Amino acid sequence: MQQTRSVEIGTGLFVLLGMSALFFLTTQTTGGDTFSASDTFQVEARFENVGSLKSRAPVSMSGVTIGRVTSVAFDPDTLDAKVTFVIDAKYNKIPDDSDASILTSGLLGSQYIGLQAGGSDTYLEDGSEVYFTQSAIVLENLIGKFLVSSSSGDDE
Amino acid sequence: MNALIRDIYNSTHEFVRTFGAFQLFFLRLIRHSPRMIVRRPGLIVKQIYNAGALSMVIIMVCGLFVGGVLGLQGYANLSRFNAEDSVGTVVALALIKELGPVITALLFAGRAGTALSSEIGLMKATDQLAAMEMMAVNPVRRVLVPRFLGGVIAMPFLVAVFTCIGLFGAHLVSIDLLSVDVGAFWQQMQLSVSMDDIREGIIKSFVFGVVASLLAVWEGYNAMPTAEGVGRATTRTVVISAIAVLILDFMITAVML
Repeated sequence: MQQTRSVEIGTGLFVLLGMSALFFLTTQTTGGDTFSASDTFQVEARFENVGSLKSRAPVSMSGVTIGRVTSVAFDPDTLDAKVTFVIDAKYNKIPDDSDASILTSGLLGSQYIGLQAGGSDTYLEDGSEVYFTQSAIVLENLIGKFLVSSSSGDDE
Repeated sequence: MNALIRDIYNSTHEFVRTFGAFQLFFLRLIRHSPRMIVRRPGLIVKQIYNAGALSMVIIMVCGLFVGGVLGLQGYANLSRFNAEDSVGTVVALALIKELGPVITALLFAGRAGTALSSEIGLMKATDQLAAMEMMAVNPVRRVLVPRFLGGVIAMPFLVAVFTCIGLFGAHLVSIDLLSVDVGAFWQQMQLSVSMDDIREGIIKSFVFGVVASLLAVWEGYNAMPTAEGVGRATTRTVVISAIAVLILDFMITAVML
């Protein structure tokens, strides 16, 4: 009887430990977005070039994540990229003339949207659009420009 | 020349026959499984304890050091590109997708698989299986199925524990020893590990659990009923499990990529 009990306790402990390990793996090593607000409002912005911005990328302001990109789509009418993102509803006092730029975390890190506060008295709300945007810096274009400028410098 | 051809023919014939018998054996275990789960769950719990709980120590120790060495190697090589922040990513992906399931399966074959096959082989050598049959107890159902199921159930949990402890080991080495930034370590990991990676790891651990337990039970059941036969069956369990796990690992990765 005593032996059966210890087997049962051992098995129970083992399964519990295994389950908590699985739980740890699924919750702590994945996801990436520390943003998980349930109450949000939706804002859109148009960019000439979004670089490699993907949905679920963070939206941050002053370095703090306040939202997440929900979709990145090409608009065939205006020929630019339409990015929709949601912002936590408690940040309801973001001036609507704030500007959005696509930034890169680290030199080769993933891209995110950085919001820079404006000075307007009206605030961003559900369905509003950020008008001032700055495209992603594409490394190839940058190198291209650099090569052109350095070769034209040689000619003079 | 004729003798050579006949030898090749015979050994091929024997191989195909064994392989077929192995498949039928697998189906037999599967067919008896639902009934055993309902009727005798106690037997399965006992085997989960034998295969899982008793393998815990070796899994944890090995996981800690595998994670630690991944952290060391990752740091040493990534810091050449100033990318030591990605140590977390490298370690997590390596552990979750490959090393966790594979090393756990190899350890499992060595720790639990050998125990299973020598136990069953010895039962056969001492005519216990034959005695059961005399008492109208089906030894496949009473002895083999619980051991097989115990291994299959225990394996995913062992892999999860191994992976977690490995991450912990990498954390210890890279953050406390090599002073990688703790935030970068976890954040980079969370950004690049997706649910698909974890799913791949779980699928692998399940497949390896089935293969390793099945081979152990099969080798034990088909051991020659002598001291030498049991020893040989135990060795074959480890060798064949290792080969099967590594080949299957390649195939699953190729399919899931």
